[in-house]
Amino acid sequence: MTHMKLFQKSYPEAELLIRQAHVLDPRTGIDAPHDILIREGQIAEIGAPGSLSAASGTATVEAAGKHVFPAFVDPHVHLRSPGQEYKENLDTGTASAAAGGFCQLIAMPNTSPVIDSVTVLRSLTTVAGQQARVPTGFLASITIALGGTDLSPMAALADAGALGFTDDGKPVTSAGMLRKALQYQRLAGGVIALHEEDPALSGVGVMHEGAVSARLGVAGIPSLSESTMVARDSAIAKYEDARVHFQHLSAIESVQALAYWREQGARVSGEATPHHLTLTEEAVRTLDTRFKMNPPLRNEADRQAVIDGLRSGVIECIATDHAPHARYEKEMPFEQAPMGTTGLETSFAAVYTELVKPGVLPLDLVIERMTAGGALYGLPIPKIEVGAQANVVLVDLDSTWRVGEHGYASRSENCCFDGRTFNGVVELTVAAGAVVYEGFKEKNA
Amino acid sequence: MTNHLISVEDLDRDGIERILQRAQSFAEVSGREIKKVPALRGRTVVNLFYEASTRTSSSFELAATRLSADVINIRASGSSIEKGESLRDTVQTLTAYEPAAIVVRSPYAGAAQLVTNWTDAAVVNAGDGKHEHPTQALLDVFTLQRRLGSLDGLNIWIVGDVLHSRVARSDIAAFQKMGARVTVAGPPTLIPRDIESLGCQARPTLAELHQADIVYVLRMQRERMEEAFVPSLGEYSARYEITRDRLREGQLVMHPGPVNRGVEISADVIDSDISLIGDQVKAGVAVRMAVLYELLVGGATLQAVAA
Repeated sequence: MTHMKLFQKSYPEAELLIRQAHVLDPRTGIDAPHDILIREGQIAEIGAPGSLSAASGTATVEAAGKHVFPAFVDPHVHLRSPGQEYKENLDTGTASAAAGGFCQLIAMPNTSPVIDSVTVLRSLTTVAGQQARVPTGFLASITIALGGTDLSPMAALADAGALGFTDDGKPVTSAGMLRKALQYQRLAGGVIALHEEDPALSGVGVMHEGAVSARLGVAGIPSLSESTMVARDSAIAKYEDARVHFQHLSAIESVQALAYWREQGARVSGEATPHHLTLTEEAVRTLDTRFKMNPPLRNEADRQAVIDGLRSGVIECIATDHAPHARYEKEMPFEQAPMGTTGLETSFAAVYTELVKPGVLPLDLVIERMTAGGALYGLPIPKIEVGAQANVVLVDLDSTWRVGEHGYASRSENCCFDGRTFNGVVELTVAAGAVVYEGFKEKNA
Repeated sequence: MTNHLISVEDLDRDGIERILQRAQSFAEVSGREIKKVPALRGRTVVNLFYEASTRTSSSFELAATRLSADVINIRASGSSIEKGESLRDTVQTLTAYEPAAIVVRSPYAGAAQLVTNWTDAAVVNAGDGKHEHPTQALLDVFTLQRRLGSLDGLNIWIVGDVLHSRVARSDIAAFQKMGARVTVAGPPTLIPRDIESLGCQARPTLAELHQADIVYVLRMQRERMEEAFVPSLGEYSARYEITRDRLREGQLVMHPGPVNRGVEISADVIDSDISLIGDQVKAGVAVRMAVLYELLVGGATLQAVAA
């Protein structure tokens, strides 16, 4: 059974035996080779390796030497529907998620039109019920048309299925406006998620303000633009005792502000993207538009602070901010190209290769942070235990792949990791009890 | 593989010296009655200018003409560029003419680099946003070498709106490669954060301007006042205008043009014998001939062509 605020097309329930995989679920404490039997979309049995056998009609996956984790959760994706289906749609976006090992997605409302009315939200959840390969939930906008001046009908939107609210892509510039939204949250419920940026400080900036922008002559976005807003809005959240989530944190001062206000008792949380965890402004030296995103890639001290925040738990989860754009849009001079990188297909592999393999972060911590993003919005956490709905991903950690070599499941190819060789090949994704991706079959075909 | 000139970083000191030696020979050609050499006869050079420009576009055009190339000039106004055609589409259309070189001026950083993806022609960056203007830097080095022999150990101050200046960024790199020490000075709002990471020093005032051997003055645009980078052009001039009074004996003054008399530099300095501005303009043609020659003819000895 799917959560009432998640939408997915109907699939047959999985009947599957995964044999001899190393099963790791930090929440249930499993960390050893096991057989896993999935029956009617549920985890029916977990047994010693080689101990379980499948009834006839049950597919068997030989997985010795490979890993099974709870499937990943991404609380921040842009699926571009409605209105920008030339970049991505619910089918291709969720195919990309399935290929990346995800079992839950939360889509952002900065579409065309913006998800600021029950009508638009209902039409979207209807399409998701027909097309989404992976259970998908939706945030609605805080303000009408992301305009920053008029509150969306938050209570009605919550009743119609919105998991929360965000003007992502834009900040809520007015502190007074945000305060009203946070007060209104007591009626509507739902987390308020914030893209933090002060437009007066960002100015015409399109990359991190620092040594690289000084060399390139490209206008910079100071880290101050984000951190001052995190501090301001944490203070408002504390004052109103509201629940606020900070999206895609990129700067050292932002992480410090989050840690400080959490200590003060503010109900604030944060997320980090794979690109802010693994790349810096140095990548922008070539003016390759795949490295243009908002917030921008910052400096090494910022990157380390985001990693430390993720390690300590100040930052609770990893989120991709999957932001597809058409090829012709990204084939522009850097200052003109739109901001954003795709990330669903590379999220785990990038973090595993860049941070787990070199020993910067332990694997179990990364799995925990890659599955924590939905719970922040009240969604169930995928767990590997008998009786649970099957939400698992099978990964070959030893195999390598070259990003983009066989194209992308996403409709867009603007991936900042394009061409990189990563460890960690997703071979099978089971989401909400259904097999939604079988990479191992496609490769053997 | 085709060569391009996108950034000063594409060149090492030897590469700069080689181009400037050629420029020296071409400068001699320019002194003759018949100023043309047949080096690029039958080849086409496209000047693709997305920004208004007088001296850069005319000197590239003259440089290509004096090398006997066929020249196509495309400017933003009145062309399909203004009808919203993308850079890629424009370049691919032009590539049908099989140009040997495309000279690109764009208001956006990285535009010339992008063009290299879509053409087999050699690409010359004639200014990309606030990023680079490498041929300006080469002609500035050429001008200084002709006057002083070498830049080694020279103190060069670049004064004014460094934040918005592609010339400053190319010159900082080129002057340092040639052995000079560079200091930038100007209103703190117009000096980029972390500019010292480029190896130069930064000063908020002209108090130590006497340390400079060369004072390189940048253009101060009226828009900067409107964008509140400075309170007024009057206040700018009061603090940063290069006047006789601010200069000491022996200092030389440069400016990439066009100048605002009485704003960043006084009229009497421009017109005095300590100004190298006229030399800079003259150097433009010879240096751009040398760049086109370097990219399109390369290895052959210059004497054979210039003879």
